[in-house]
Amino acid sequence: MDRDSRDRTNDLVVKVATVNGTGSASANGMLMQAIFRMGVPVSGKNVFPSNIQGLPTWYEIRVNKNGHTARSPNFDLMVAMNPKTYGQDIKEVCSGGAVLYDSSWPLDDALMRDDVTYLGVPLSHMCVENFKGARERILMKNIAYVGAVAALLTIDLDVIQAMFTEKFGSKPHLIDSNDAAIRLGYDYAIEHFDCPLPTRLEPMDANRDSVLMTGNMAAALGCVYAGATVGAWYPITPATSVMDSFRGLCEKLRKDPETGKNRYCIIQAEDELAAIGMVLGAGWMGARAFTPTSGAGISLMNEFLGLAYYAEIPAVIFDVQRTGPSTGMPTRTQQGDFFTLAFASHGDTKHVLIFPADPGECFTFAVQAFDLAERFQTPVFVASDLDIGMNDWVCDKLEWDDAYVPDRGKVLSAEDLQKMDAFYRYLDSDGDGVAARSLPGVDPKGAYFTRGSGHDRYGRYTEDGELYQDVVDRVARKIEGAAEALPPPEIRLVDNASIGLVTVGGCRGAVLEAVDLLAEEGIALDYLRVTGFPFASAVEEFLLSHDVNIVVEQNRDGQMKRLLMLETAVLKSKLASVLDYGGSPLSATVVAQGVRDRLSMMTVQAG
Amino acid sequence: MTQTAKPSVQHPGLKPNKLGLTRRDYEGSQSTLCAGCGHDSITAAIIQAFFELDMPPHRVAKLSGIGCSSKTPTYFLSDAHGFNSLHGRMPSIATGANAANGTLSYIGISGDGDSLSIGFGQFSHAIRRNVNMLYMLENNGVYGLTKGQFSASADVGSKAKRGEANQMRPIDPASTALALGASFVARSFSGDKKQLLPLIKAGLTHRGFALVDVISPCVTFNDHEGSTKSYAHTRDHGHKVVETDFVPLLHEIQAEQNRESATAVTMHDGSVVRFKSVAEDYDPTDRDAAYAHLKKLQSCGEVATGLLFIDPTSMDLHEFENTVDESLVGLPFDQLCPGSAVLDDLQSRWR
Ligand SMILES: Cc1ncc(C[n+]2csc(CCOP(=O)(O)OP(=O)(O)O)c2C)c(N)n1
Ligand code: SF4
Ligand SMILES: [Mg+2]
Repeated sequence: MDRDSRDRTNDLVVKVATVNGTGSASANGMLMQAIFRMGVPVSGKNVFPSNIQGLPTWYEIRVNKNGHTARSPNFDLMVAMNPKTYGQDIKEVCSGGAVLYDSSWPLDDALMRDDVTYLGVPLSHMCVENFKGARERILMKNIAYVGAVAALLTIDLDVIQAMFTEKFGSKPHLIDSNDAAIRLGYDYAIEHFDCPLPTRLEPMDANRDSVLMTGNMAAALGCVYAGATVGAWYPITPATSVMDSFRGLCEKLRKDPETGKNRYCIIQAEDELAAIGMVLGAGWMGARAFTPTSGAGISLMNEFLGLAYYAEIPAVIFDVQRTGPSTGMPTRTQQGDFFTLAFASHGDTKHVLIFPADPGECFTFAVQAFDLAERFQTPVFVASDLDIGMNDWVCDKLEWDDAYVPDRGKVLSAEDLQKMDAFYRYLDSDGDGVAARSLPGVDPKGAYFTRGSGHDRYGRYTEDGELYQDVVDRVARKIEGAAEALPPPEIRLVDNASIGLVTVGGCRGAVLEAVDLLAEEGIALDYLRVTGFPFASAVEEFLLSHDVNIVVEQNRDGQMKRLLMLETAVLKSKLASVLDYGGSPLSATVVAQGVRDRLSMMTVQAG
Repeated sequence: MTQTAKPSVQHPGLKPNKLGLTRRDYEGSQSTLCAGCGHDSITAAIIQAFFELDMPPHRVAKLSGIGCSSKTPTYFLSDAHGFNSLHGRMPSIATGANAANGTLSYIGISGDGDSLSIGFGQFSHAIRRNVNMLYMLENNGVYGLTKGQFSASADVGSKAKRGEANQMRPIDPASTALALGASFVARSFSGDKKQLLPLIKAGLTHRGFALVDVISPCVTFNDHEGSTKSYAHTRDHGHKVVETDFVPLLHEIQAEQNRESATAVTMHDGSVVRFKSVAEDYDPTDRDAAYAHLKKLQSCGEVATGLLFIDPTSMDLHEFENTVDESLVGLPFDQLCPGSAVLDDLQSRWR
């Protein structure tokens, strides 16, 4: 693409290459936040190693005035602060782009390209001269490059200085040193380079009703607002910050004002097996309980998930997916758990899954997950991923309806029980597949035995085939019945499209951008985003009404495509895949190219 | 098949407890274990204990793992919610249930396979969290339900039914629990109801994790000659450390007058458990001494039974977590959901 011919104001990508553990994360976050405060659509993606200190790490900032903020690998400005990765970083810059580097030491000749501009700032030298102590010099070097980038892209220094005041309000000496550092970089750039670059920023007003938020924080907020009281977990990237955030929120919002005691209980379990066990114990007792985890944790939880399915115990599980199999690449994103979630545990099972696309949906879906879990008395999985969970997203401000009343499903009170002739836990009295439950401690009449072994509709142990089948068939009906109660699929139709582009979860942004890109090339595509499993009937209708459906997802095996094949009437020959599973957030270029390739293959085959 | 042992007198005039319930009201369905199984005697003692403590059955949650022993919650307290969970995973279910609602009484039933092999981790961590529950480990040295394989508590030299002798050192739940910092450790024998009953009552009343390790012979797979968990062996080698006499709150004064030499320990609810040392110098509140004593007896092939250790002042899960006194399940929604104004306020800082 010839990028230079277009107006590049508020349409650019910056990549910052640093070393983890050096404080660059907060500097990068500040850059992204400053752009957000200028009212410009922006996203920030952290690409980090599974390590605490000393390995390469990157931060990608994409600015796009049209609101396309999915990851883009077309880097206009590379802030190359890690000599160990210079080679790779400089190679990645777009033709016509620029490289900002620390010119305290010269660049190797081998790193020189004719088609990029080199912007050397002697950051280390300046920081040695102006600051004392090794740690401060390292930290201030980060702030100094932010200053240089601000000059190159025209980021308002006032915006950044206001952030220092907010952040270090009580420590004026920190405000002063950060101010000094930002100036060093800014002034040097203004003096030595032709500022601003063609790829530059201009204030807009796109973020008035937006906030900056990670999906994990949003999910934790959802748990608080849904009234969850018990959280059990075992630490795992990228799910850890769900519970960290939940704890932080509860410490503020969930204390008994008189006694200072907690209206919640968070247990760091000994492993994921125990974590899900605790959630089931709490759910059985009648509390809203959840556990955040990632694929490895889901694998461990399998036996319990089957118990929860069969004994019909509500639970909410957040699976913040990362690359598998096994330990995989723990700090890289993927959508590789669809299979394992859909049919987790041995025997015939099928689980309710919902797929948020962004932090906003992590919040609303989290609340819905608790309602669904109690209504259908079954585990509900909120399947997000590392990109949604851990990266800062600009999203619409969250709304809360104060009239919300939790859907506790069919839970019998002492009065309800007293009115009944007899209570039978697994007897479906109104034919919707859901049997009423009783909670421990409420009334002797509600007592029953919860078990994962064979039981009949009266809750009695059985080894009788018919009585066993009676119950498992009802449970199957119950789960099917959940399909239309899940968040409805997102569908966008255009005129005269015979091809459907289908996706799920965090691929949304890249796929919608690709739809736009391809429309410009004359390729009309209808768009469907699957939001729940079992699939709503609208999903099947969409698939059946298109000649071909191309499913875009982030795993090697086309797991969502295969689920669609299994669970809808669509023919295998009408499904194709575009897959991206290297661990990076999806970009529109990958999707668009994938679609072009699939279409040309089909034309060849048809011809 | 046996019936759970029924009380000796069974007529309509069965003496009710303070709640007006008779012992029958604390029973469950008929046992399906082998005739003579030690587990059934334990069930009988459990029924008696709840009855004598005047506990409302529906305010009890009974949980178990998987195994012959774990089947037994069906055989007592039919008016209580029961949860027959997964092999070795009862402690996590109990922990979550207790976290949600600390106002119920919890009894967990497990076996030696359930607790010391597949569930060793969960067993240990429930002790570490001091989950407020009575934990009955019905210990027969074998996997009963899977037909007699050695469990991790089988003693060195103990012979399996087919003749082969175990060579690996056993995991002893009582000394393990002591080492892990358990706040209540007792051991008894299924055939000694006189000793078992007050231990169960004390364990139910203790706030925190109360382990009662009960040697419970498996008549089908581990009651032959050469087994160290048989009825005959346990009777000959059992060695009582502390005689426990559980004294509910209301009888305290009267009881105290009668028992001069006993050590009285006041439980969190004010009731008193009295321990009469068989050995004069035995102090059930001294963890190190308890551990040393257990090991000493073990080395001469004897099983220390009775109340081995108690710390009635330990913090339980809810105290560690500083949760409110009431059940989390019953909290009104407006105490849980902060509402739209708070959401707006939070978000004003995320810009
Ligand atoms: C995951 C799993 N593995 C294996 C089993 C099979 N199993 C059922 S009971 C049991 C052993 C029970 O031994 P113990 O806990 O000592 O109970 P007992 O029958 O001796 O009372 C085993 C291995 C199972 N139920 N689940
Ligand atoms: S096999 Fe052993 S443990 Fe199981 S019921 Fe029979 S006697 Fe009891
Ligand atoms: Mg056993």
